Amino acid sequence: MNGAQALLKCLEANGVEMIFGYPGGSVLPIYDALLDSPIRHILVRCEQGAAHAANGYARAAGKPGVCLATSGPGATNLVTGIANAYMDSIPMIAITGQVPTSMVGTDAFQEVDITGITLPITKHNYLVKDPAEIPRVVQEAFHIASTGRPGPVLIDIPKDVLQAQCPCPDADEKPVVDIKGYRPNVKGHPSQIKNAVKLIEAAKRPVLMIGGGIIHAQASAELFELATRANIPVATTLMGIGAFSETHRLSLGLMGMHGTPYANLAISKADLLIGIGVRFGDRATGDVGKFARDAKIVHVDIDPAEIGKNADIDVPIVGDARIVLKEFLKLTPPMEQAEWMDQIAAWKQNRPLKFRTDQLTAQQVIETVGNLTRDKAWVATDVGQHQIWTALFYKFNRPGSFITSAGLGTMGYGLPAANGVQMARPDDMVILFTGDGSIQMQMQELGTARQENLPLKIILFNNHALGMVRQLQHFYCGKRYSGVKMTFNPQFSSLAEAYGIQYYHISSQEAVESTLKEAFAHPGMVMVEVAVDEQEMVYPTVLGGKGLDELIVCD
Amino acid sequence: MRHTLSVIVENKPGILTRVAGLFARRGYNIESLVVGETENPQVSRMTIVVDGDEKIIEQVTKQLHKLIEVIKISDITQEESVHRELILVRVAADASTRGEIMQICEIFRASIVDLSRNSVMIQATGDQKKIEAMLTTLRPFGIREFARTGRISMVRGSK
Ligand SMILES: Cc1ncc(C[n+]2csc(CCOP(=O)(O)OP(=O)(O)O)c2C)c(N)n1
Ligand SMILES: [Mg+2]
Repeated sequence: MNGAQALLKCLEANGVEMIFGYPGGSVLPIYDALLDSPIRHILVRCEQGAAHAANGYARAAGKPGVCLATSGPGATNLVTGIANAYMDSIPMIAITGQVPTSMVGTDAFQEVDITGITLPITKHNYLVKDPAEIPRVVQEAFHIASTGRPGPVLIDIPKDVLQAQCPCPDADEKPVVDIKGYRPNVKGHPSQIKNAVKLIEAAKRPVLMIGGGIIHAQASAELFELATRANIPVATTLMGIGAFSETHRLSLGLMGMHGTPYANLAISKADLLIGIGVRFGDRATGDVGKFARDAKIVHVDIDPAEIGKNADIDVPIVGDARIVLKEFLKLTPPMEQAEWMDQIAAWKQNRPLKFRTDQLTAQQVIETVGNLTRDKAWVATDVGQHQIWTALFYKFNRPGSFITSAGLGTMGYGLPAANGVQMARPDDMVILFTGDGSIQMQMQELGTARQENLPLKIILFNNHALGMVRQLQHFYCGKRYSGVKMTFNPQFSSLAEAYGIQYYHISSQEAVESTLKEAFAHPGMVMVEVAVDEQEMVYPTVLGGKGLDELIVCD
Repeated sequence: MRHTLSVIVENKPGILTRVAGLFARRGYNIESLVVGETENPQVSRMTIVVDGDEKIIEQVTKQLHKLIEVIKISDITQEESVHRELILVRVAADASTRGEIMQICEIFRASIVDLSRNSVMIQATGDQKKIEAMLTTLRPFGIREFARTGRISMVRGSK
């Protein structure tokens, strides 16, 4: 058996069913071995698409996604996708071919130092020099990628190592992972947990601030129990959306730069903020100096380095969100918080989330899609105004069902990620909300979707603009719009036709619901283009240097 | 404030790049970094001197811990420790000054390791203060060049 065959055996032993990849010279041995492996290979159209697809797959399947690329340009094309997974803590294994060991360091054809390049954007990476190391490296990579704070791990394998003969890895006896320097702490400190619960008991205006950590730890049930028992309203970061049902009375929805008025007001007035699985990123906090000024802060996270990094913390708890929440539940009594509940209800009443209704908007379409599909669909987005409108108006109620590029804000993420989601969930409905700018960054992945017969439902908001940047120029550059008009867009109807995708068009408010219903009833892949106004803004918005309570809303 | 971190890492290629890269990327100030073998061939010890307030040092430590190959980090700044640096200095010296320079070497328990017609090379070890003091004393004679290692440290007492 050679190194490539051993690699596939080890992937198989780790539960890998499919790989998103693109071939090339240095990975020929892997592609050859794939022919005899039960692992499915999904041929993407660009390696960046492979990385995002592996990301979407990981989020929908609940296990690491795997992508594969050849050395040099194949590897560098993965970089954006790896960085994206790193920022959002998504478990992913990226495998790259490398030039033969004897040529490493000689600037050989298609040689790049991909372990060097990805050093700051991987949780860990490996350059394998001996095929006998493959079983241990693969085992460690899966362990590192999926435990603690998840993240991408890259394995770079020179071609000669893939070709070299090596013993067949024992399928029943996986190597035991023993990494001295890697022992994530999952159990929160008992006395800190007691301190946190004491604060909950004493609080008059508590708020839960929830991030992607809850989704990864599958702690939504425990979160729900805590919130409803002690009547604590729940605000989420972009990554936390869906962790708590947004149709529940305690939900405050999205917080932060484009948060709902009531989420941002509640946080600004809170006397206790309990952050779980969050990193207090700048998009969530606004100006940290003005953030939650009156609140004591409890911070629960699996990554000790996040605690105290951005915000000053009163009670730090390092641990897995689910395990820590279970401990909270043992100690937390039922609480009424009648006054605070009234205040929250009043904010929701008087400072509602709204959008203009005198013309067709993306918001209306998204809200309608939410009403039609909330209980069953997975929703991926690209990056821009349409992304934030989805976060605000879809109203998610299933943990993990909102698939977006949060930390890196990668345009082009949506389509390949949706492909990955649909591959992981072939029988479920998968919706992609995208913009005319974003879709053109990874448009080639329509080919991957069609090749795999994916019944994706694409909703494309065409405002002939890079709307989000236009909005920034509106607020920060005195309405001097530069480089944000898409003066040429393809005929998306013809594009859809070229790919054999069923095309629909919405250009009036009246057509929204009926067209969507028709499109969703179509068994195959559809594209619904929605004509929207480039002048529309994302509201609420908190400008740079402002506190969360200084938000601008739509009039 | 200046902190001395004693870091045990796995003896694997690339670990120095990972550590140095981390400092550069996150904007921490390394004053010196020395890495070398230990009694256990599987691990190396890095002695890192880094400048920063408590908050920064806490972040440095936590971020270092996230590197998979970092096994243990001790901030030994407050501990009773032995700190040593090594220096090689070439000082201008002719027949008239050589005697005085040799006396200075004796005081600092330094030794002369090379000699030429108009200079001497001096080797000295000690903590940073001692090395600085010696350099100050030698400066009037004319320091031609010097090469200096970073600090290595070990906590005192039985273990
Ligand atoms: C790869 C990448 N390049 C640039 C940006 C900056 N950027 C953020 S949103 C945006 C515009 C997105 O346009 P579109 O997809 O049409 O969405 P819209 O805002 O119009 O809804 C741009 C250029 C980015 N986030 N990602
Ligand atoms: Mg647009």
